[in-house]
Amino acid sequence: MIHFDNVTKTYANQGRPALESVSLDVEKGEFVFLVGPSGSGKSTFLRLVLKEERPTSGRIHVAGKDLARLTNWKVPHLRRRIGCVFQDFRLLPNKNVYQNIAFALEVIGKPRRFIRKVVPEVIDLVGLEGKRDRMPDELSGGEQQRVAMARAFVNRPMILLADEPTGNIDPATSIGIMKVLDRINRTGTTVVMATHDAAIVDSMRKRVIELEYGKVVRDQSRGVYGQAY
Amino acid sequence: MRAQFVFHEVWIGLRRNLTMTVALIVVVAISLSLLGTGLLFVKQVDNTRSWWQSRVQLSVYLCTSSALGGTCAKNGAVTPAERTAIKNELLQTHDILSIQYVSQSQAVAQFRQEFADNQTLVKYLVKYSASQIPSSFEIRLKNTEADAAAVTSVMNGAPGVADVVDDTTLLDQLYKLLDGARNAVVVIAIFLLVAAILLVANTIRLSAFNRRRETSIMRLVGASNFYVQLPFLAEGMIAGLIGWLVATGLLIGAKALLLSSLQSIFPLGVQLSTADLVEVIIVAMITGLLICGSTSFLTLRRYLRV
Repeated sequence: MIHFDNVTKTYANQGRPALESVSLDVEKGEFVFLVGPSGSGKSTFLRLVLKEERPTSGRIHVAGKDLARLTNWKVPHLRRRIGCVFQDFRLLPNKNVYQNIAFALEVIGKPRRFIRKVVPEVIDLVGLEGKRDRMPDELSGGEQQRVAMARAFVNRPMILLADEPTGNIDPATSIGIMKVLDRINRTGTTVVMATHDAAIVDSMRKRVIELEYGKVVRDQSRGVYGQAY
Repeated sequence: MRAQFVFHEVWIGLRRNLTMTVALIVVVAISLSLLGTGLLFVKQVDNTRSWWQSRVQLSVYLCTSSALGGTCAKNGAVTPAERTAIKNELLQTHDILSIQYVSQSQAVAQFRQEFADNQTLVKYLVKYSASQIPSSFEIRLKNTEADAAAVTSVMNGAPGVADVVDDTTLLDQLYKLLDGARNAVVVIAIFLLVAAILLVANTIRLSAFNRRRETSIMRLVGASNFYVQLPFLAEGMIAGLIGWLVATGLLIGAKALLLSSLQSIFPLGVQLSTADLVEVIIVAMITGLLICGSTSFLTLRRYLRV
């Protein structure tokens, strides 16, 4: 599903590469934690998958597409197959729960009938029944992140990228968020989650890829956050 | 669905940027109406020019007993022999369209007719100085602009000729005035169009900044560039269209008030038709849409990259 072949990314005006010679494969339906300290290259990895950045060298395939060959005007179609969740939720403050989720479908031109059908379904999936008319500022952090997840998932993407989705949320609420991510993963969606949260990584026992200074230093199935052999 | 969504976004954009939008509309309206006025002026001047082109003539006034110009003071009134000589001389100039002899009595009759509403003057003239009204040759040239000067110089000073009056020299002054007014209007319009372009760019930039959240999410969920940019593009175009509508009103008003009153000075044959006005309004619309659309598009390319 995601294939990195010897990928190096160096940002302009920076000496050290943000990612250096990274080669890895993420299979369809996998759940992968991306761990490592700040600046280790987790966000760069996610940005490369979305083609928000181009690699300095190396090849990237996402959902069977060679990103180097993907023309600019086809990038939106790639992104329709990838859902994204962020630490800061990125909801539209002037739209309610339902409108925030529907927005993601409206802007890719889905018919209204389809939107009316799938948005309530996904609201149920993330556990926000009965809150569809709330505005973002009337929701807790956990609830806002659920809305963001619903928005990321409503178009049934093949891949869900989550960049520290529990970074702004207390540990108790984080468990609920992880349950939703797990539920999404069980529908067959590949999930890649960058995180600092050791407790979550340890409790899920999923594949763990650890980055340090832009290099993969560990790739372990059913791993934990810290080094534990 | 799609259309409704886009229009909703456009409406939000226009409302959020109300002051800029209003400024944009006003500037577009004024610049387009000035441009239109300039174009109407051009048409008016062209029409007038071609109308006169077929009518201007050279008048070769012949000597009367009391005339002082040319050779008259020395030789006295024109003799029949001199008259024939003058006519032959004129006919030899090959590009003459028509030549007509106006005798003294005909000239007096013409004078009576032209000043029919001023009987005192007519009476006075006929009584005291009818003999001072000169007979003349009225000449039409095939190519007035090129040949008038040549004919004038040949005729001036010929025996029996008192004076040569070239209508074009009179008209040239009128044209100069009209051309000057037209140029001034067009120059101002161009300056304002430049202002309009900058304002469109600025409005779109502000709008893009105001909606950076929305656009970042749109890009994230894979909205096509067209979908991301269309609301902004439509925003610029709609402001341009409203500006054009205002300009249309102003142009119709300008034609009715300004040009029509100018036309009372001009001969009846050269009134601007409604078709002329419609043509100018269409040109203004195309200009407005082109300016607003292309500026929005170019601005968006800078501020809304994938």
